[in-house]
Amino acid sequence: MDRRDFLKQSSLASGYFMIPSFLKPLETLGINPSGKKNLIVIQFSGGNDGLNTVIPYTNDMYYKLRKNIGIKKEEVLTLDKELGLNPAMAAFKGLYDQGYVTILNNVGYPNPDRSHFRSMDIWQSASSGKDYVSTGWLGRYLDSQCHSPYEGIEIDTNLSLALRGKKLSGIATKNAGQLYEETKAPYFDSVTSYLKPEMLNEDNLGYLYKTMLSTTSSAKYIYETQKTYKNTFEYPNTEFAKELKTISTFINSGLNTSVYYVSLASFDTHVGQLNKQQNLLMQYSEGIAALVNDLKANNKFDDTLILTFSEFGRRVEENASGGTDHGTASNMFIIGSQLKKNGIFNEAPDLVNLVDGDLKHHIDFRQVYATVLDNWLKADSTVILKERFVNLNFV
Amino acid sequence: MATPVQYILHLYKRFGFGISLEEAKLLKSKKLGEIVNELFNASIVSTGLVSVAIDSIPKAKDAMTEGMNKKDLNKMITTYSESLNTDWIKQLVNTKAVVREKQTLFWHNHFACRLRNPYLVQELNNIHRKFAFANFRELLFNVSKSAAMLQFLNNQQNKKMHPNENFARELMELFTLGRGNYTEQDVKESARAFTGWSFNKDTFEYEFKEKQHDFDKKTFLGREGNFAGEDIINIIMDQRLTAYFLCKKMYAYYVNDVVDEKRVKELADFYYMNAYDTDKLLRKIALSDWFYAPQNVGNKIKAPIDFLVTLNRQFNIEYESNSTLIIIQRSLGQLLFYPPNVAGWPGGKSWINSSTLMLRLRLPSMLLNSGVIDMEAEDDDPDDGIMAMTKSAYKNYKTQVNWEKIISEYKNAELNDVASVLLGSELETNLKSVIQTNTGSTKELILKLISLPHYQLY
Repeated sequence: MDRRDFLKQSSLASGYFMIPSFLKPLETLGINPSGKKNLIVIQFSGGNDGLNTVIPYTNDMYYKLRKNIGIKKEEVLTLDKELGLNPAMAAFKGLYDQGYVTILNNVGYPNPDRSHFRSMDIWQSASSGKDYVSTGWLGRYLDSQCHSPYEGIEIDTNLSLALRGKKLSGIATKNAGQLYEETKAPYFDSVTSYLKPEMLNEDNLGYLYKTMLSTTSSAKYIYETQKTYKNTFEYPNTEFAKELKTISTFINSGLNTSVYYVSLASFDTHVGQLNKQQNLLMQYSEGIAALVNDLKANNKFDDTLILTFSEFGRRVEENASGGTDHGTASNMFIIGSQLKKNGIFNEAPDLVNLVDGDLKHHIDFRQVYATVLDNWLKADSTVILKERFVNLNFV
Repeated sequence: MATPVQYILHLYKRFGFGISLEEAKLLKSKKLGEIVNELFNASIVSTGLVSVAIDSIPKAKDAMTEGMNKKDLNKMITTYSESLNTDWIKQLVNTKAVVREKQTLFWHNHFACRLRNPYLVQELNNIHRKFAFANFRELLFNVSKSAAMLQFLNNQQNKKMHPNENFARELMELFTLGRGNYTEQDVKESARAFTGWSFNKDTFEYEFKEKQHDFDKKTFLGREGNFAGEDIINIIMDQRLTAYFLCKKMYAYYVNDVVDEKRVKELADFYYMNAYDTDKLLRKIALSDWFYAPQNVGNKIKAPIDFLVTLNRQFNIEYESNSTLIIIQRSLGQLLFYPPNVAGWPGGKSWINSSTLMLRLRLPSMLLNSGVIDMEAEDDDPDDGIMAMTKSAYKNYKTQVNWEKIISEYKNAELNDVASVLLGSELETNLKSVIQTNTGSTKELILKLISLPHYQLY
């Protein structure tokens, strides 16, 4: 990006520094915010046990391998003849029954890595597993389609690899007011006020200045936009639900953001899995149901797609501590009203033909990313993923 | 012949963590060669880290029989991992052997390794330090035979009947030749040569398991023989490309992110001809006139560790809690002993994004003014030791700073001098007036300078 592009595209042009005011309304230029497509990515950190989330309740192998932690048939929330949901997911089942959910089974990648951090690295960077990629798949989306950090927001204090691009990265915040406060020092304003466009060059100092300016104006833009919307919708009293509410406030206020990212942690259930996982799935399910209803009430749900993943599933056979160890392929959820194929997308897990006790993957997670990028975000997945993947057309 | 103060400042910033104006002025009557010698000679001693003893952490099954549950064990591992991390930070802040530590940081990133057991990564770190200036072959042998690397790259699972290629692949891709300079077949063949490389689970000493080793013929990089792992490493060291790969990375680390191919080739020839003598290579860089050329001065973005260590050396910050050091590293994206993957931290511009930059700009004033930041630690997965620290524990940053001492050091100095000690790049004229406007005290001037983007450079 050369300097002129930068000035035109960046939020520098939001105009409170020294850029002519005719460039000011950039944030609303070109795109009709009400028709803007949003993607919300939800990460289950720690490796969620897919088999106790979407349960193969008619499969004898499941009960044979999970004598202690298998979910009883009569407790399962039935989806079809083979699969049903964890009893903690009643609210989610409600969304499913309305046709808002697609469940993808057996999603993974070749030569799966069972280390949390490496596997998360692979999912976030969309690498083949052989390569070490220092940008995230959504970061590369920002690089190719976006101009300002606020176009990718993570509800967290640190920014995940997923949202880091080469030229443009997203912005991490749990609280728009606090983010704004952090950038709002009068001293920083006096420093940036003396800047001249030619100082925003490709050198490292120029890069620091550019990041400083775009962060400052993104923070201001996020803060002032979200302030216009008072969110009175009721959410469950959990940290996760609070984070989802922050996202809905951003969306409902008309923020021109494409991608939101949020994590729910502690799925690493080696010991005493049943209660721990149910508690987390309940937080997820009730939080998501509230989010969907909130967005629906504001006519934003039709423009929103929610994707949920974890870095791996867990071993089919339970361990001796009432838990499960690190596994491989698992399920993903796609939630939205614009699904082309809702319900259960593909075959239930095969619990007989395992590799080292783990499920084989049938869908590469990058096919899911490619489908979302091409069909929903209208981007070119081959550029972003650096490879062509078969489109699954679920949306 | 005297040496310009600017040279001394640059040398100490890049091969150490900075120098005070006073000390720099004391050195300027000496020749550059003498100054470089003194700096390197201060690093002859190698002081290893001893935060974790070999038996500090019980094996999981022993812990269970001793009545520890998994949670207690995780907590114990977290505590040791945290001590290891902050002990190193303190060593970086206090040591006189700065070049050795700087090069240890380089190897820490080059041979990136992340394991649950802090003893193993501590021992690997001590190898990096001990052989920091040795010839690279010796370092590579020691790293390759360390329990940490054997475990991290799955060589324990590399057996004659089921070769595991992980170590062989990373050895070539990340440690020596670089991508594109070997074939998939080379990976397969060399993996066979490393079968049986293992370590003793009690002593963590290297062990060769003859029964697991594939003694048959291998073809590797065009040569044929019944190669063992040692032969493979020797063949790799015979390749000039290995010297090139390493010199390119060290040039980016010490000189400039934007690599000058001509210089790198010169350095690579020198390194190769001198049997990979790292000490000679680094001295050569420090003595080259191009190292001091304007385009190579003040243009590198500090890695978070450089940022943190430099700040601490400049202002002698005392922390009420060690966990503040951990949270800063995490938030800035470089927690020692926790590289993102085996390729290490990508560095350069990737340190900077909207979330890290504002914190980096704010942090100096926060730490020096006992500021409080509401920064929650992430609740990451519990297998990753200190990555799993609880959220609520680290909301406050509490520090103590002796401002009187700092002020007396700077109060009579010219703005330009203060700026050239503290900042990377030079101050633009307009900016100088912005800073001097309404700045009453030396303290305020210093705070303003170190809150500039220029402070992120060195």
